[in-house]
Amino acid sequence: MSHAEHAHQSIWQKYIFSTDHKVIGLQYLFTGMFMALLGGFFSYAFRMQMAFPGKDVPLWGLVTAGEYNALITNHGTIMIFWVAMPVLIAALGNFLIPLMIGCDDMVFPRINRLSFQIFFLSAVVLLASFFVPGGAFAGAWTAYPPLSSNPDYSLTPLGSVLWLIAVALEFVAFLLGGINFITTMMNARAPGMKMYDIPILVWMIVIASIVFMASVGPLVAGAVMLLFDQLFAVGFYNPAKGGDPILWQHLFWFFGHPEVYVVLLPAMGIVAEILPVFARKKLFGYKTILYTAIATGTLSMFVWAHHQFVAGIDPRMANVFTITTVLISIPIAEMVFVYIATLYKGSIEFSSAMLFALSFLVTFLLGGVTGIFLGASASDIYFHDTYFVLAHFHFTFVPIAILAVFAGIYYWYPKMFGRMMNETLGKIHFWGTIITFHLIFLPLFYTGAAGDHRRIYNYDNFPDLAKPYMNDLRIIATIALIFMLLFQIPFLYNFVVSWKKGAKAGKNPWNANTLEWTTESPPPHGNWKELPSVYRGPYEYSVPGRASDFWPQNEKA
Amino acid sequence: MSFPQPIATNRSATGIPTGKLAVWWVIGSEIVIFGGLLVSYIMLRLFHSGWDAEAAHTNTWFGAINTFVLLTSSLFVVLAHQAAEAGEEKKAFRLIWLTIGGGAIFLINKAIEWSGEISHGLVMTKSVFWSFYYTACGLHALHVIAGMVIMAIISFDVLKKQHMNRVELIGIYWHFVDIVWIFLFPMLYIAK
Amino acid sequence: MNAHAQSSHTSHYVKIWAILTVLFLISVCGPMLGIKLVTLITAFGIAIVKAYLVAAHFMHLNVEKKYVTYLLLAMVIFMVLLFAGTSPDVMTPGGQNWERIPIPSDSGSTH
Repeated sequence: MSHAEHAHQSIWQKYIFSTDHKVIGLQYLFTGMFMALLGGFFSYAFRMQMAFPGKDVPLWGLVTAGEYNALITNHGTIMIFWVAMPVLIAALGNFLIPLMIGCDDMVFPRINRLSFQIFFLSAVVLLASFFVPGGAFAGAWTAYPPLSSNPDYSLTPLGSVLWLIAVALEFVAFLLGGINFITTMMNARAPGMKMYDIPILVWMIVIASIVFMASVGPLVAGAVMLLFDQLFAVGFYNPAKGGDPILWQHLFWFFGHPEVYVVLLPAMGIVAEILPVFARKKLFGYKTILYTAIATGTLSMFVWAHHQFVAGIDPRMANVFTITTVLISIPIAEMVFVYIATLYKGSIEFSSAMLFALSFLVTFLLGGVTGIFLGASASDIYFHDTYFVLAHFHFTFVPIAILAVFAGIYYWYPKMFGRMMNETLGKIHFWGTIITFHLIFLPLFYTGAAGDHRRIYNYDNFPDLAKPYMNDLRIIATIALIFMLLFQIPFLYNFVVSWKKGAKAGKNPWNANTLEWTTESPPPHGNWKELPSVYRGPYEYSVPGRASDFWPQNEKA
Repeated sequence: MSFPQPIATNRSATGIPTGKLAVWWVIGSEIVIFGGLLVSYIMLRLFHSGWDAEAAHTNTWFGAINTFVLLTSSLFVVLAHQAAEAGEEKKAFRLIWLTIGGGAIFLINKAIEWSGEISHGLVMTKSVFWSFYYTACGLHALHVIAGMVIMAIISFDVLKKQHMNRVELIGIYWHFVDIVWIFLFPMLYIAK
Repeated sequence: MNAHAQSSHTSHYVKIWAILTVLFLISVCGPMLGIKLVTLITAFGIAIVKAYLVAAHFMHLNVEKKYVTYLLLAMVIFMVLLFAGTSPDVMTPGGQNWERIPIPSDSGSTH
């Protein structure tokens, strides 16, 4: 294709069937944002039922018991598989990896496009499951058999099949995308970019892709087995026929727990990119971060059964998994320490991106600490399946999939669209999100510890739990959720309006070092007129003896 | 249709060509897919001593013929790779189609075997052993079909002396499919 | 590659194929002795040897960069890990208040 032909591409070719990594990255981003709105709306509907049971929910209507189950199931599924994964790994990975390592595209552009198309198809299949007879799957995002395998129990004969197919397609999309990320980083780096010159975010996305690839295989096989159970009632997970339902739990969590680290590592990577820029200081301990990330990824393969402490697993294995689970806090804590050390004696600028990055560290720390109670098998027996687990989980996943993603969007928006976002609106958005977030989930730690079980649809049926002070906490959480959702309006407004009306960003608005800031904003097709070479690491800020406080990777001496 | 390759595709910081590197990662991800299925099978097989009697119904000769066919097709595809490297496009084309023929014999043999078993009531729902049998062989057969389709596409590029390196890539994949069968054969047919 | 080197490669590949075929015949004949241990060794021991030969000589892992082998082995080790973590539960016949009866060896032959 010559350059002249390029100019005449139709909108269709340019934005829908493009093979350009930047366009595909934005496609993932917009799909993810749309699904996030949907998942957020679901949480609004079922939280309203929690706070005001049996009343009509505005914009939804009465939440029936079946609908409630379908809503929580799909809230979880969407937020993990169709928000966290596509935005953190696919959107940022596609947009940033070629830009950060200085090449013109991913190594397999057409496989990349195929990956997005399969992902899009999977989202369509999932949404379609809401409109089939019986409604969407309602057996929780973990899909334990027999609830998921037997339509007599789940009452969603088609919904559970579509749900499973959607999840399996999504895995295929990310396997294709992951192979692309890994090979691109391994092979397509700019001349001069050595192993320790690669920006941490790229490392993190690649390590996450490898962990994903190593852990998802058994679940792909397990999904095929579950599909046969659903369609032909064969009994892989049916003990009456010689199968075993615990087998699914193992296959699921063998993937499910590494998945937490699959999304955590890119979030850690975003923070690693943002902190040095707004602290004007070299990232403390590049190699430490890299090696702890590899250690985290490896160790994350050894911890999965801590989700099954009450499932009747072998108590001796519970001991082993308690130890490995508590061990994994070591590399994570080390990473957080390194980030805090980066801030020490820095010259910190509290931009919106920096605020979100810092809030990630604080909230994730809280999420991690509450996880210790759940990783230890003895205390987990009490806390299991309560709102304590739920609050812990959201204290880890909201920083990962929401706070870190917002940090990334505020930071890379100028590169994506060539314009700056409004900082005032950004700060309103930040404080609105972070305060309401704590108001939602801190009360839920308490109600969970007081005995609120996760799977209860209406607490009026449980007089011991329907005490007024417990109800008040649920109402506080629900109202805070409504405000949190409303505080996303300034963000969306900012996002849309800045696209056309924001201040022009120029090549390098943050005075950052990494390669993506050395090209136009937004980068043209092919990214650079002349592809850059690399002469140093990505975090050389405030180097003594230099006039300017940053030192781009591609600058000769 | 020619697609302009980006510069990125032809860079090779590791020294391994990008296509080959990707194939190794594909195989890595396939190992865990088949691995998860076979690990599940082994655990339940060891638990249920009664499955030995179910396995006794599999026909070793069908499995044996298929093992030999796949081993031989592996030889053809590695010779095709050698021919492609030497620039002998006609020889490579012939050998690729011999490999595809091997895959076809494998599938036909499997189809005969399955129709016999199904007509004797040894269907997927009979017991979980048969569920595993059909799932594992079916998943493997899908990989055989995929390999045959890709090889057919590559063979015509090879005739035009384009993308000769892809013969090696599909060869690596085909050997992997062969190795999977090398393990499926004793697990499903020999161990009784 | 000159013609001589090529033909020596060809004979190398044919030799590997011949070894594989012999191994394959042994694995088919192994169960005929009727000794369980021999069957297991001829079935699975030989499968591992065959897989090694195909991987090393046909997939050329013997001349590939070492880390590719390590990568593939790591994936296999993760599967051993999955087995180690899962089998204590899946192969458990019961707990304090429940029982799970394996399908015994004589019930399968009814068809």
